[in-house]
Amino acid sequence: MTALSEQKMDATEARLAAMTLPTSAPWLAEAREAALARVQAAGLPSRRDEYWKYTRPDTLVQAEALPAAVFETDEEPVFANVDRLKVVFVDGVFDADLSDPLEGEGFTIERLADVAAMDIHWAKDLYGTLETNGQDPVKRPLAALNTAYATDGVVIRVTGKVSRPVSLIYIHKSESSDAILHHVIKLEEGADLTLLENGPAAARLNKVLEVDIADNAGFHHVRAQGRDHERRAVTHIFARLGTESTFKSFTLTVNGQLTRNEAVIELTGDDAVAHVAGACLGDGDFLHDDTVFITHDAENCESRQVYKKVLRNGATGVFQGKILVKNRAQKTDGYQISQSLLLDDDSQFYAKPELEIYADDVACSHGSTSGAIDDEALFYLRSRGVPAPIATDLLTLAFLAEAVEEIEDEALAEEIVCRLEGWLTRRRKD
Amino acid sequence: MLEIKGLKVKLEEEDKQILKGVDLTVESGKVHAIMGPNGSGKSTLSYVLSGRDGYEVTGGEATLDGEDLLELEPEERAAAGLFLAFQYPVEIPGVGNMTFLRTAVNAQRKARGEDEISASDFLKLIREKAKTLKIDADMLKRPVNVGFSGGEKKRNEILQMAMLEPKMCILDETDSGLDVDAMKLVADGVNALRDEGRGFLVITHYQRLLDHIKPDVVHIMADGRIIKTGGPELALEVENNGYADILAEMA
Ligand SMILES: Nc1ncnc2c1ncn2[C@@H]1O[C@H](COP(=O)(O)OP(=O)(O)OP(=O)(O)O)[C@@H](O)[C@H]1O
Ligand SMILES: [Mg+2]
Repeated sequence: MTALSEQKMDATEARLAAMTLPTSAPWLAEAREAALARVQAAGLPSRRDEYWKYTRPDTLVQAEALPAAVFETDEEPVFANVDRLKVVFVDGVFDADLSDPLEGEGFTIERLADVAAMDIHWAKDLYGTLETNGQDPVKRPLAALNTAYATDGVVIRVTGKVSRPVSLIYIHKSESSDAILHHVIKLEEGADLTLLENGPAAARLNKVLEVDIADNAGFHHVRAQGRDHERRAVTHIFARLGTESTFKSFTLTVNGQLTRNEAVIELTGDDAVAHVAGACLGDGDFLHDDTVFITHDAENCESRQVYKKVLRNGATGVFQGKILVKNRAQKTDGYQISQSLLLDDDSQFYAKPELEIYADDVACSHGSTSGAIDDEALFYLRSRGVPAPIATDLLTLAFLAEAVEEIEDEALAEEIVCRLEGWLTRRRKD
Repeated sequence: MLEIKGLKVKLEEEDKQILKGVDLTVESGKVHAIMGPNGSGKSTLSYVLSGRDGYEVTGGEATLDGEDLLELEPEERAAAGLFLAFQYPVEIPGVGNMTFLRTAVNAQRKARGEDEISASDFLKLIREKAKTLKIDADMLKRPVNVGFSGGEKKRNEILQMAMLEPKMCILDETDSGLDVDAMKLVADGVNALRDEGRGFLVITHYQRLLDHIKPDVVHIMADGRIIKTGGPELALEVENNGYADILAEMA
């Protein structure tokens, strides 16, 4: 291993010096120490790292979180009309009073802070495990940092088909909050769960979600990241898929100064399906980075990445997406599309799509585009009497549609469309 | 009433004059046809009237019921009652036909200070009109013109016209690409809208459409000008002899 640059070592030390490993039962303490060792070995990301070429990690790495004003709104939050089990975190700390009782049919749900004190727990086999797997071939030190220091989160074990979604709600109250959340979800054979997430969480959020999906199980995930303009977040989803299992994840991001969402997915059983999608709307001082790494390590699996970004007033979009097809992963069907709609000349989009294929019988395609609103379509709509701002919004929603269509549940898709329309309407120039 | 006087238009990007002084008046209740060789400026005229970018008006005027069209935004022209059935209707992936039409109808109503149409009334109306044009429910749900055949696109234009009930309808080669039956459907659609308060400007290359939609007046356009105006017999003359005689006569 090459030695870390002095600068990187200093930055890493400065961050670690400001933190202490939480006390935990031995199994977890061990996982934390191992994670800490991963951080120390790799060093925290710096702007020189290839993997952080387009997104400056400084504010995610530095010891102190930059403050972020709390966004005041009396609007009904997303998913308010969905029947769900509510689990609320305020500035990264579980709030029992605001949450529903942690119970439900077909699954158990516990708080990481509680689990941490138990001498024996099934989470021992999972906590930090998928994150560790995800460190190869690309290092993700901020995720290891999370594993080492996270004190809160949920630990869910799903045994049946759960009809009512589990909804994680992240409230941001303090301007200087710095949250680290780590969730672990294990789906047993044939189990099924929908996970919802919404809210800004904190001024700075580092979140890891590890999802282990056994054979024939299904995991559906819809998340809406909070609207607070100044918030910063780095999130990682690590998923491992068994035979004939399904993983579907959709993320809506509006506002936020800096968001880096990584999805690291490993298809390890034949005939598994993984879809990840994202729609993001950025205005002004906004950087949104989707970094995806999908590994096909089994036969006849399907993966889809659909990312759409609408950018204006100098907003920046980043997409780094990789499909790695290992030599035994014959009959892989991999699809990747990343597109941005630039509503003005100041905005920018950087895309780095990658395919690395070692099997010979595969069908993989990827495409990346960035462009403006289609003038012909705009004129056609206007010639029918649709005012330009409304016509532009219709075309913008149309652009995002392919990503939103990845949400299977119609009611949840509708919730997301309402958010998109709301954002566009608030910015309409009429 | 549509009145065009001495309309001169060049391309914005190039120094190319396309319309070189067009004079044309279409009275309410009348159907005027425009014929003319390829590239003579017929589509350009229809685009300039409906407000498409890329053209520069260098002279003349165009009014609809006395209102200066050239000053208005495209959507304002539509709300004022102008409609263009495109020679090449645009495909718009992701925008549902139905959503699009309802948005358009309501936007026009709003611009005229009228109440919006209710969702159920709209549905009833569009189903009824679609049926007469043999447009099935599935096509209404699909994205605007996406995957429509050439003929379906043209019928969709007429459906939009029927829903929007404009005062002045410009049809740019709506007959091209239509089979004989579809041509009849489109012509019936147009004839059903013929009304004292509505004028038509029908751009076509063929007599066949005009057999169904009997024009009151026929104009011949060549090289950016109306060079001859007559009755329906003029269209027949073109059908039989082409433009050579007329062009020679004018030269
Ligand atoms: N945007 C443009 N750029 C370059 N040339 C143009 C443009 N628009 C129109 N023209 C030219 O202007 C002339 C008139 O075109 P127009 O489409 O109006 O003809 P038309 O009478 O409708 O022909 P057709 O019968 O083939 O439909 C043509 O020579 C055409 O090439
Ligand atoms: Mg033409």
